[in-house]
Parts: sequence; C-alpha cells; structure tokens
Amino acid sequence: MRILHRRTVSQSIRPIDKTNVIGTAKLLVRNRALAIKEDSEMELKFRRNEAYQSLREEITPERIYMDRRRVLSAAGFLGAGTILGALPACSEEPQKSPLVGNGKPATAAAVPAVHPAPGAALTAKKTAYAVSDATTIEQGFNEYCNFYEFGTNKGDPARYAGRMTVSPWAVTVEGETDAPGKYALTDLIDYSKLEERVYRHRCVERWSMVIPWVGVPLHSVLTKLKPKATAKFVQFETYLNPKEMPGATRRSLDWPYVEGLRMDEAKHDLTLLAVGAYGKALQKQNGAPLRTVIPWKYGFKATKSIVKIRFLTDMPPTAWNKANAHEYGFYSNVNPNVKHPRWAQDVEQVIGGKGGFNETRKTEIFNGYEKQVASLYAGMDLKANY
Amino acid sequence: MAHNPYLRAFGKHWMKPLTLIALIAPFAYLAVLWTLMLTNTEPYIMGFNPVQWTHRYLGDTAIRVLLATLAISPIRDITGWQPIVLIRRRIGLAAFFYAALHLTAYLWLDKNWDLVALWEDIVIRTYIMLGMAAVVLMIPLAITSTNGMIRRLGRKAWDRLHWLIYPLAILAVAHNLLMVKLIEGDPTIHAIILAALLLWRLGRWTMGKLKSAQAPA
Repeated sequence: MRILHRRTVSQSIRPIDKTNVIGTAKLLVRNRALAIKEDSEMELKFRRNEAYQSLREEITPERIYMDRRRVLSAAGFLGAGTILGALPACSEEPQKSPLVGNGKPATAAAVPAVHPAPGAALTAKKTAYAVSDATTIEQGFNEYCNFYEFGTNKGDPARYAGRMTVSPWAVTVEGETDAPGKYALTDLIDYSKLEERVYRHRCVERWSMVIPWVGVPLHSVLTKLKPKATAKFVQFETYLNPKEMPGATRRSLDWPYVEGLRMDEAKHDLTLLAVGAYGKALQKQNGAPLRTVIPWKYGFKATKSIVKIRFLTDMPPTAWNKANAHEYGFYSNVNPNVKHPRWAQDVEQVIGGKGGFNETRKTEIFNGYEKQVASLYAGMDLKANY
Repeated sequence: MAHNPYLRAFGKHWMKPLTLIALIAPFAYLAVLWTLMLTNTEPYIMGFNPVQWTHRYLGDTAIRVLLATLAISPIRDITGWQPIVLIRRRIGLAAFFYAALHLTAYLWLDKNWDLVALWEDIVIRTYIMLGMAAVVLMIPLAITSTNGMIRRLGRKAWDRLHWLIYPLAILAVAHNLLMVKLIEGDPTIHAIILAALLLWRLGRWTMGKLKSAQAPA
C-alpha cells in the first residue's frame, strides 16, 4: 500500500526548480491540484475496497499532513513567505512524514502527528468513573443530538455535520493568560494520558444518556495555558462557518455558541476535555475534534468543536442565557428542585437504554455528582443561581 | 333539518369516504410505526425518543387537521364549490380525535397518570395550560357534532357554540408556539396559516357589514 502511494506521487508530481520564481509558482499550483486529485482517487479506492480499510490507518494521506502544515502556519509557527514555503510541502513532505515512512499504525500511546479523524480508534485507560446504569447505545449517541449550528431537529447534526472541516484545527487562547496564541490539538492533548470516563449526561429537555467519554481532565490542559491569577472565569467558543453549518445561517441563537465556567468549576476533576467517546475519536455531530463535558450540569453547558478558550475576570455571556435568561441561568446545574418553565426536571427520559421505549429515571441533584461538586456551591442559593 | 333535501342529496357524496381514509391515514401510519418498534423489527424507526416523537406527531397532526377544518369555508367562498362543506364536520371530529390522543399520550406516557405532576405542569408551564384549555373547549363541539344534536340545539345556538373553534384554534397554536425553545419552524408556519384564515373571515365579516350598511340607502 505504501509503495503504491509513493509511486503515484512520484509519477505525477514534478520536482521544482527553485531558481525560476514564476515557473515555480505555476508548478506549485499544478502539483497541488494533482495532489488533491490523487488524494481523492486514493480515498475512492479505500472506500470501494474492503481490504484497503484496514490499511487506511497506516497511511497518513498527504492532505492531512498538509493540513498540519496549515495549522502550524495559521498558528504563526511558520514565518513570512509561508505560502510559497508551505506549498512545496505538498510534493516533498509526504515521504518525510514519519507516519508514511515507517508504515506503523498510529496509536494513542505515541504522540500522533495529527489529531485522529472522527471515528478513528483511540486507546484510553479505564478509570473508576463509572455509572451503574447501562451505557447508551452508540447509535443513539450519534443520531440523537443537539447541535443547533446544524439545525434544531435531533437528527440534523448527524445529517449535516459531515461538511464540517475538523482538520486543520486550531484553538485560540486569549484573555487573562500568560500563554496566549493559537494551539494545534496535538499541542493541547497528551494522547498518552487519555482516559475513559463513563458519565451521566442530562439534557435540560428532560432526557438523559450514559456516555463513555474519552479525554483528559480540563485542568491538565488549563495548566498548560497558564491563566493569570486574575482569571476568574473561562469562556469556550464553538466553531462557526455557515457554509458548512446549515443551521447557523439562521439566527436561532446569537452565533457563535459561547459557554462559560467559573475557574473552580473548570478546574474540577470531573470536568473533562473530551476528544472521543465509545473508544473512538468524536464524530462531528458530537463536537469533533474536542469539546467540554461537565457531567453535573445540563448538556448545553458543554461546548462542542471548541475553537477559542478565553480567560476572563468577569462572568461571560453564554448562548442560552442570552436567548432566554429566564429559563437558562449561568450555572445550570442539574437540579430537580428548580422548577423549569418548560420541562418538569424531576424525571428524565432514558435515551437508547435497555429499559424499553419509555424508560425513565428520577433526576438526581447535580446529576448524581453531589458528593463531588456540592462544595463548589457552598452557601449559594441554588434556586436563585439556577 | 335532518331531512333537508340538500344535505340528503349529498349524503353519499364521493368525497366523504375519501376524506375518512385521508383522516385515518396518519393514525394508521403511527400504528404501523409502533408495531414495528414494539415487535423489534425496526426498534428505532421513530428515532431514539419515540415517546417525544409520538407527542409531536399527534400534536402536529391535530393542529394541521384543525387548520384544515378552518380552511373549508374560505375554500368554498373562493371556489364557489358548495359540496366541500359536507366534509367539514368529519375533519373537525378528526382534529378532536388527534388532540385527544395527543393529550392521552401526554397523560399516560409523560405523566404516567400522576395528577400532582399534571397539576404542577398546568400551573407552571403556560403552554401546557393553553393546550389543555384547547382540548377541553373541543369536547362540547365534538359532543354536539351529530345531526340529532344540531336539531335539538337549533341551528343558531349550534352555530354560536361552534364559534368556539376560533378561540380554541388560537389556544392550540399558541400552545404550539410556546412549546418550542426558539421562534422558528413548524409552529411559526401553523401560526401564519391560522392568522391568514382568521384574517380572511375578518375581511368577509367587514365586507358584509359594509354591504348591509349600504343596502337600506
């Protein structure tokens, strides 16, 4: 497979004479077009032939490698002249790429050159974070979603998220921090420390799931991002591109989607920065490539497909609070005692469980994580601070 | 009234059985879906929240059939085709049938016949109260829908009673609008259709007033 790949590259892409500037530019454009064409032809071969599927992970298609270069250049790691500088990479770099070169499959234990594509297998160590109830069936997790940028129906995200670009991906860090800048995912995530945590997930629309997330504790990443002592809150922002997100062409919410946490909530050990679920990299409709998971809060407090992390001194605005402050507070902790004007919150419908079509369970305060998180809100009136 | 030759002449109109089939079809479709789910043939045919799907489906059907009821007389006025009025009553009854199923699904699947939880819902959640009021207002209309009841009440009283369809349609659409988290989608379309149907009537009524005001002169 590797040999085939090399042959197609060498046959079609011409070497570049760097002394001829105009000729070089033309050749660069031509080579790039050819590279894209070959890449898509390879993709088709992969898709058509079952036998290729297993080999797929062994090879990093050059597109992905190039995307990495683009992330780096976007991140400012490559200086001026990167447009000309990056383009020869189309033809030269694939052979140099360690993943293509050694032909070994990328494992989560090693540091991958690129973030795993949606659905790619992840290796994560099991943890003691478990739930007694059955895990939601994976199909339910992937097909019953709220991701309003793709539409307001539960099936819309699964239907339309395929168009979202998740590679290259960069996360901008700004605000009250000593380490502002753009980060590639591979700089943020320590793939050797991925953990699997089975959490309860409670949506404010009175339904729930039990999900085996894969990720790292958010605090481990926040440490790298060096928030200043003045940072009291952290805000997360979701990717926004109406061309790829049909729901975002309508102003159903004030885009982009923003959410926030108090620093102590963000640093709590339960708060997870997830890159996967069910042993695989996150599917796009569930917030690929990375999202937050805060199991004691209603689902909308989580931020999917994060592109920005902002450290702030004041409480940040949040998407649903802006849309309807009367129904959605900043804290939005799961609380059956706070009467919600839209849904009775004392009971929840269990989605994709094993208890039949109408399985329900009593909702617990802090979604069952009271022991771990109640101290965060000591002395606070939870009904006033809903 | 029951022996009105005009009504009798159209008693066996071809539209009547066709309308009946069209009105039963949404229910038959739902029954098929539930059968496929419960027999595990297609366990996720209604998605991963079949209870909520059923609620929405029944509610949407009830509102659409209700709007169809209200569309009959504008269609008659515009096309001048009188026999269409013959199917109005069964369409109205079907609207009640779907609304009653919608309410039953809510009480049974959602509230599990818990009256305390039901009371809380009615008091706290405006859209539940509005929906409940709409179904309650439909009950007298459904009861008085037979020829015998029309005869007993007399046409005038019957008409006055059945005028309730206007406020109850407004309640139903308001229930639908307030149920969703954001202003968009089907509930908005339902509201626009209802507004158009009511404005048509307002226009007709105003024209009638103007004409009768001119007549004596």
